[in-house]
Amino acid sequence: MGLVLDCMDALRDRGQCALIPFITAGDPNLETTAEALKTLDRSGADLIELGIPYSDPLADGPVIQAAATRALQQGTRLEQVLDVVRQVSPELKAPIILFTYYNPILNRGIEAFLQQIAEAGARGLVVPDLPLEEVEGLLKPAAAAGIDVTLLVAPTSPKERIEAIATQSQGFIYLVSVTGVTGIRSQVETRVQDLLLDLRNVTDKPIGVGFGISQPEQARQVREWGADAVIVGSAFVKRLAEGTPAQGLKAIESFCRSLKIAISQ
Amino acid sequence: MTRTPLSPSQNTTDAPSISESTQRPDNLGRFGRFGGKYVPETLMPALTELETAFYEYRDQPEFQQELQGLMRDYVGRPSPLYFAERLTQHYARLDGTGAQIYLKREDLNHTGAHKINNALGQVLLAKRMGKQRIIAETGAGQHGVATATVCARFGLTCIIYMGVHDMERQSLNVFRMRLMGAEVRPVAAGTGTLKDATSEAIRDWVTNVETTHYILGSVAGPHPYPMIVRDFQAIIGQETRVQCQEKWGGLPDILLACIGGGSNAMGLFNEFVNEPSVRMIGVEAAGEGVDTGKHAATLTQGRVGVLHGAMSYLLQDQDGQVIEPHSISAGLDYPGVGPEHSFLKDEGRAEYYSVTDQEAIDGFQQLSRLEGIIPALETAHAIAFLNTLCPQLTGNPRIVINCSGRGDKDVQTAAKLLDMTS
Repeated sequence: MGLVLDCMDALRDRGQCALIPFITAGDPNLETTAEALKTLDRSGADLIELGIPYSDPLADGPVIQAAATRALQQGTRLEQVLDVVRQVSPELKAPIILFTYYNPILNRGIEAFLQQIAEAGARGLVVPDLPLEEVEGLLKPAAAAGIDVTLLVAPTSPKERIEAIATQSQGFIYLVSVTGVTGIRSQVETRVQDLLLDLRNVTDKPIGVGFGISQPEQARQVREWGADAVIVGSAFVKRLAEGTPAQGLKAIESFCRSLKIAISQ
Repeated sequence: MTRTPLSPSQNTTDAPSISESTQRPDNLGRFGRFGGKYVPETLMPALTELETAFYEYRDQPEFQQELQGLMRDYVGRPSPLYFAERLTQHYARLDGTGAQIYLKREDLNHTGAHKINNALGQVLLAKRMGKQRIIAETGAGQHGVATATVCARFGLTCIIYMGVHDMERQSLNVFRMRLMGAEVRPVAAGTGTLKDATSEAIRDWVTNVETTHYILGSVAGPHPYPMIVRDFQAIIGQETRVQCQEKWGGLPDILLACIGGGSNAMGLFNEFVNEPSVRMIGVEAAGEGVDTGKHAATLTQGRVGVLHGAMSYLLQDQDGQVIEPHSISAGLDYPGVGPEHSFLKDEGRAEYYSVTDQEAIDGFQQLSRLEGIIPALETAHAIAFLNTLCPQLTGNPRIVINCSGRGDKDVQTAAKLLDMTS
């Protein structure tokens, strides 16, 4: 088992809930991405999810879609994203988890991709369009490369699937809190509590809850329901993109701190 | 001998045979290495539910009776197999011999294209699955119109996702959909074409999956869609076989169809995949030319990738980002292609070529003038390939072209390009 799980376990041993912010690489530019990683790391992030911008982000709502489009319009390339990871990760205590759709992995070749991201310093991988049935070919080479592949459980997943996903997922289990795409929502569905219970009944692995969580109160709620980690994406991406890069960095810094405080109480 | 020098297997009489016992797709939804289910976890149970429903109902007498009754009385099937006499004469050699060209008249279906076959089949499934809300993507608007039509017929809520660019160039179809009570939602992302509309339809489905059925319009997308759409379109080839038997007591020699996602081609081909004497040709959109980068020739120019839930050939850049395609025809303007076509290509069972926007416009005019049939710009790509194909043929092979749709929707686009003052 890899470093993502180690990190999650260490937090759990201390009775803490992990905060996992998400940002899109290359939005508004790669220099800001590098600064944002450092800012999040010192503002309470326990792990950081870094999205590789993709042309057809099926699982993403308008905020992250727009960020990916801007990043690609800037000419952001996978190689450059890995350069940022390579340059910044030694300075971070938070492990970096890459979030990417499957085609860029397939395009590079599964083993080459895994080796390159591991060499750059990434520790985990989330692939939103690679469900259990298709993930097998990724899991073994990922283990060899020291990359934890975290699988997603959805509100629509039947119990037997939840169990199978929990068995295969590495690092933690990513519980999607909404039937829908990523984005900002006013409330967390109460059925997340039941889903957490269902998952807890079949696994000892840490559980992270994401999609739709955008406010400190929502993060605290999810923690109270028993989540081991809270993943917040669109709310960070939106703040980072507003105003100048300096203003964006300032905004995500205070937002990150407020989330950390909310889940530490 | 009816092979052309273009054929990848020109030294053999017959195409490589695909065993009749080979199940396509396999239990994992794969056609060889193509196909599969590359979708967010949220959709996986819905795909299983759809697959289960399809297997449950497709052979059920009550379902078949309802489908066949509507195909006959509502759609107007069977569609005729028409001998295109003047088109045949046009391509005849000096001695009067040459290809005998037939058109499978899917353009005469209710709503004016083959798309209704699949929309009708799927809406009957949706009804049995208890889904009251229907969504669909559309490029040329023909699938959107077909979906709006069956939703009106069965009183279901209908939402159609359509790229803003396509809404402009296919405004007639936008009006038709709205007239029949559908909500047409513009998609501005990307190039505002079919790829973007499909992504947005999938996002809607992820969000509303528990109440909604997604009527995907091509043999693309995650399993079981490529299989379901093919099987509902397979009636095109099934009728063609019977009609050929009636007209000349044999099989066609060559099947010719345009390919965007590939549903009209798959509908024609499927019946004949295990008939190695039947040559199958798909024609993609070369746009402004395959060397210009502005085209939609996925099978001839793409590399294997994953888009909209399936592994197939894909137009992509060196980082695996999907390239925005180009075609004058909104229905072919798609960077992916159905996985079964990728399989048939790799197996050497079907051949795939491309024609440019200009050639398609010429084909559009040619069929209009020679036969009094105005084809859809999509269909015009298949017609246009006759210019390449016919000079290479020997003897009098019988060609069946899938006349997949009528061209009323395209007259505005064509009028901008054609000088009709003379």
